[in-house]
Amino acid sequence: MNDIGTESDKLRLIVESSPHLRDKKTTRGLMLDVIIALIPALIASVVFFRWNAIRVVGISLLACLLTEFIINFVRRRPNSLLDLSAIITAIIFAFSLPPGLPWYAIVLGGIVAIGVGKMLFGGLGQNIFNPAMVGRAFLMSAFPVLMTTWTPPADTGGYGHRHRYGSVDGKSVKVEVTTSATPLVRLKPGEKSRRLPRPIKLFIGNTCGSLGETSVLALLIGAVFLLIRGTIDWCIPAGMIGSAFVFGGVTYLLAPDKFVNPMFHLGAGALIFGAFFIATDLVTCPISKTGRWIFGIGCGVLTMFIRQFGTYPEGVMFSVLMMNALTPLIDRWTLQKPLGGHFRG
Amino acid sequence: MVATGVFSGFAKRKSFPRGVHPEYNKELSRDKSIKSVPLPAELIVPVQQHIGSAANPVVKPRDEVKLGQLIAESTGFVSAPIHSPVNGKVGPLTTVLSTVGKRVSAITIKPEGVSEEELNKQLGEYLHPVDNPRPISEIAPDQIVESAHNAGLVGLGGATFPTHVKLKVRPGSKIDTVILNGCECEPYLTADDRLMREAAKQIIRGFLLAIRAVGAERGVIGIEDNKPEAIESMREAIDGLDGVEIAICKTQYPMGGERQLIKAVLGRIVPTGGLPLDVGVVVINVGTAHSLANAVDKGKPLTHRVVTVTGLVNNPGNFLVPIGTPIGHLIECAGGLKSEARRVILGGPMMGVTVPDLSIPVTKGTSGITVLAEPSEVEKKELSCIRCARCVDHCPIRLNPTKIAHAAKFKDYELMKKYDLLACIECGCCAYVCPSKIPLVQYIKTGKFLLAKAKG
Repeated sequence: MNDIGTESDKLRLIVESSPHLRDKKTTRGLMLDVIIALIPALIASVVFFRWNAIRVVGISLLACLLTEFIINFVRRRPNSLLDLSAIITAIIFAFSLPPGLPWYAIVLGGIVAIGVGKMLFGGLGQNIFNPAMVGRAFLMSAFPVLMTTWTPPADTGGYGHRHRYGSVDGKSVKVEVTTSATPLVRLKPGEKSRRLPRPIKLFIGNTCGSLGETSVLALLIGAVFLLIRGTIDWCIPAGMIGSAFVFGGVTYLLAPDKFVNPMFHLGAGALIFGAFFIATDLVTCPISKTGRWIFGIGCGVLTMFIRQFGTYPEGVMFSVLMMNALTPLIDRWTLQKPLGGHFRG
Repeated sequence: MVATGVFSGFAKRKSFPRGVHPEYNKELSRDKSIKSVPLPAELIVPVQQHIGSAANPVVKPRDEVKLGQLIAESTGFVSAPIHSPVNGKVGPLTTVLSTVGKRVSAITIKPEGVSEEELNKQLGEYLHPVDNPRPISEIAPDQIVESAHNAGLVGLGGATFPTHVKLKVRPGSKIDTVILNGCECEPYLTADDRLMREAAKQIIRGFLLAIRAVGAERGVIGIEDNKPEAIESMREAIDGLDGVEIAICKTQYPMGGERQLIKAVLGRIVPTGGLPLDVGVVVINVGTAHSLANAVDKGKPLTHRVVTVTGLVNNPGNFLVPIGTPIGHLIECAGGLKSEARRVILGGPMMGVTVPDLSIPVTKGTSGITVLAEPSEVEKKELSCIRCARCVDHCPIRLNPTKIAHAAKFKDYELMKKYDLLACIECGCCAYVCPSKIPLVQYIKTGKFLLAKAKG
């Protein structure tokens, strides 16, 4: 019931602490904003990956929501599904997976994301690491092959290798066993196909990659919505994209034969997705503005470092997780001084 | 330097970093002129209506008292005397709940009947200046301070700091600027707005007296830009005066907080734990300036003040109220409560205090009575912090409210100090913006109480 004030019997007046006005923004409203902002990317993923998009997102939602429900039930905690945060975790987790990932891997990852990444720490607001990235990191180590097997978009437009085996048992059946390399994989030494997609394709998103990361256009539409609504702080995406661009630009200028144009790095992989939707997770990023700049720049630099010098083609997940671990420290470093200095006496 | 383009009409509005923009709802009462109210059956006049030591009653039950007669004397330098707001007969001593939740003793007075014409005459006398006031240069600064003390004058903006203490310049310190605070940044309240529109001359008179008292060379009037009529009327009143200017401030909460106003208008930062005089500034509220002129020119003690009664009442308005009037009576004067009314707040909705019953009287610091409905279910339910940092981004003092509240919740004294809990001005921006509806100010107030208790 009313846990703020007590009531006087006679006139039934409510006594409570100031302020007596509250902003209309609610936690649920913030979460709803993020879900709405993810819709353009969801549509793009359905356009490019068809049934697989619906399948992966659907299984992920089921796994994440059920996990949260069951853990609350077992711990006799109030049901927290209505705060909508589990839905965001589920969608972001699904968006970070290869479109062809088998159902059991999605379920396992979803359980780890919500169970280990969030509920083990005490639920919403208490977790140190981005839950979706915890789930993905688990899958990366448990199913490294599945996690790097990429199904190309349904309409490849001459890009990727698509085989159709017809006539099984005398009937004409469409069986798609297609794999391809993501644009970032093509940068790695030893990769056969070094053919890079045209920039417009990277922008629209008709390329190989994780479900929700490919369409820069769709992601930016959602990002603009979040920025206008004030749901996310622009410092983090600006820091992350800016520093990645500068890092890529400097290395490109120093060794143009070894590295590619930094514009390519902005469009390829999960940089845009990560900058606006993963790194900006309110719970796991620093509190102060300075802290958020440090966090964003750290994410961008680490991502590019992994992409250009590491074994992995993509580094968004690791960089975000690493910066998540540093967040308490960054918060401590960037503790603001009160306006008139610290209180003495 | 500061307000060089003010009169050009293209001046940049003064602002301070952070803060919030709540719904103001001032239109409920901003066009209602100040009216007198019929006297209640009984007045309850607390002996402590100010910061400092309580006044000492000098009347006994069944004594006859006259309007303006001393009924409780000041008990030290940081204290203020109390005067009878009416002609009447003293009743039994009682106790009332003060706004900080302590029981303080109070003198009850049964007023004599007064006709409506008499009340309106009092209103006119209260608002307007005397015909031929003494030139300010002939009034000694000490005399102004003494008049303020004798009149029981305290800050009418809500903080109720005794005015004579503020105006008494300590040896060795120098005040160069006096700021007249006409911001009235609290949502709903319009008492200062009305006073500026209806009694600008008398306010400016008091302002000049204050400048004279502290020996400042400059006066700046800070008014938020949501009060164009007040700005106009004050501008007319200072026409032809040297060293006095208007600074138009952005409508931004808490612009009326003295630290924010000084930052916005002069760009100076008051040190944490310090006072405006540490940066050579004195800030006085328009109501205080008005009463200072009444005290010096007319010898009238502080017995009445303007109060806005607004929100869920049938006839919101601004009233000249004798101090000690029970708020229930005042609400009746404003047409009574609407049926949804569930919260009665002394002051505005951001920093005001809810009362448990309507017998509590108006005191010197009561700038308004705001009546609100029950908070919504969402507002009542505290969820866990999601570290969105909205409280951090909006704190005008640049504190970390969520961490302070957390430290206070778990009674971690060291952490409370580390995060500068005592620097908090309790403006309420943090709790206002919190999407999880955490009562941050409540935790912080509890933390302050705990720290004070631990100190002994």
